[in-house]
Amino acid sequence: MTSTTITERPKGFSFSEYMTCLTGIVWREGLRFLHQRERFISALVRPLVWLFIFAAGFRQVLGISIIPPYETYILYEVYIAPGLMAMIQLFNGMQSSLSMVYDREMGNMRTLLVSPLPRGYLLFCKLLAGTAVSLLQVYAFLLIAWFWDIAPPTIGYLTVLPALILSGLMLGALGMLISSGIKQLENFAGVMNFVIFPMFFASSALYPLWRVQEGSPYLYYVCQANPFTHAVELIRFALYGKINWVSLAVVAGCTAVFMIGAILAYDPSRGLARRGPAGGET
Amino acid sequence: MGHHDHAAMTMADTAGGDQALPGAETQPAGVAALSIAGISHSYGPRRALIDISFTVAPASFTALLGLNGAGKSTLFSLITRLFGIQTGQISIFGHDISREPGEALRLLGVVFQPRTLDLDLSLKQNLLYHAALHGISRREAAERSAELLARIGLSDRAASKVRDLSGGQMRRLEIARALLHRPRLLLLDEPTVGLDVKARADILTHVRQLVTEQGIGVLWATHLFDEITASDDLVVLHQGKMLARGRVPDVIAKAGGQDVHSAFMRLTQGAVTGGSES
Repeated sequence: MTSTTITERPKGFSFSEYMTCLTGIVWREGLRFLHQRERFISALVRPLVWLFIFAAGFRQVLGISIIPPYETYILYEVYIAPGLMAMIQLFNGMQSSLSMVYDREMGNMRTLLVSPLPRGYLLFCKLLAGTAVSLLQVYAFLLIAWFWDIAPPTIGYLTVLPALILSGLMLGALGMLISSGIKQLENFAGVMNFVIFPMFFASSALYPLWRVQEGSPYLYYVCQANPFTHAVELIRFALYGKINWVSLAVVAGCTAVFMIGAILAYDPSRGLARRGPAGGET
Repeated sequence: MGHHDHAAMTMADTAGGDQALPGAETQPAGVAALSIAGISHSYGPRRALIDISFTVAPASFTALLGLNGAGKSTLFSLITRLFGIQTGQISIFGHDISREPGEALRLLGVVFQPRTLDLDLSLKQNLLYHAALHGISRREAAERSAELLARIGLSDRAASKVRDLSGGQMRRLEIARALLHRPRLLLLDEPTVGLDVKARADILTHVRQLVTEQGIGVLWATHLFDEITASDDLVVLHQGKMLARGRVPDVIAKAGGQDVHSAFMRLTQGAVTGGSES
């Protein structure tokens, strides 16, 4: 390697350095995703099973009512589509955390963390990269759903994008926050059961909340307090070119809280101490 | 551990020319590439490092010798900020890693002991990713990657998946990757573990060239005595304690041994019978 003249470097980092870093991290996450075809397929099959099988069996759930943002009677398939989009992001967010735990164990996280850029920024980039991957999955799902007669207004495909980015970030940050608290890969299955399922079922993803209220007022409050409900509603409204302000506020607030929490809680020594020096060097 | 004449001369030669080295021109003469001062670290009640202090001069090769469990990897994790510092201070070319982590990490290249490459990505993709993490633009990164791949003799494999490389090739790639952002200090944590004799020799030669030709300061952790030569600096780490530091001949003389091996044995007072893998 020949060393070339390098002018004296200013302290700190330029905007373009930050952007290069961000695009690099997103690009790598995308490449990794493309190499894991099974992950892509399973990410698609999961919501499609719900759509094709579950929804067909539960058509009557909605009853006769028109609820916003819909302006007419809708099929149950149409109702649960936004919930399934959020589900894709929920699984992806958790899986990204899994990959961070995995990365951490495989040493890839070390490569990321010795970057000179601020650590909080690196973790934020990592979350954005995970969100970008979830967008690929969601749009692939929407494409298939379109053939299943789930056809929101064309503009909806565009207006839902910012909602998806925000909800993706929220769920990714939540996943990262949780992954900071677990030490080993094995524990992750438990987290899936204790986080993913309760969040998904106690939300407006599968049934409108007024239905839940009829059945159990308490569950209704639980659903209302569930950030995932608001992610679903944010996506649902955005898909029809509308804004649900309450959901937007809740999702934005939760994103900020989870993100700050995740960055503060992230401690690389947690994952390394076990296998590394404490466990004996190899 | 003093600043050595040969090291100082190399620095003067390189920094004085047109091809100034990054970091070198902004630093006052004589600043250590790496300075470890009073570092202690515990995992709960277990003390992994006890009051470690030494420096690595620019353009010098410092071997960090210790058996498995001596605390070498802990020290590396502290230098690379994977662990928070509990006691003491670490600085890289005068930049305290706690107070100026960005400036310090910019000047640092690391080859970790476990492999940290993306096996499913190509050689080039791995390098480009690393460059992006350092904010190096895509075009610049592509140029540097091509240059480094040529240097390690893997140009024709640029598009192959890393998975298809041999162990020695992966290590060479990791070293190339660590050099992409043109660091002034290179850390290698037992980089030759698991490699055959030839691959080991190649890597050692390559890294020693980096010291003499580019003035890079190297900290080379190892438990293999035969990787250390008389002109190196040596730090002996045993059970978290630093038993000796200095030029290799000085350490041997002080310990009263004939070579590094016997000196090490004397220093550790025969507590290591059968523990050595070399």
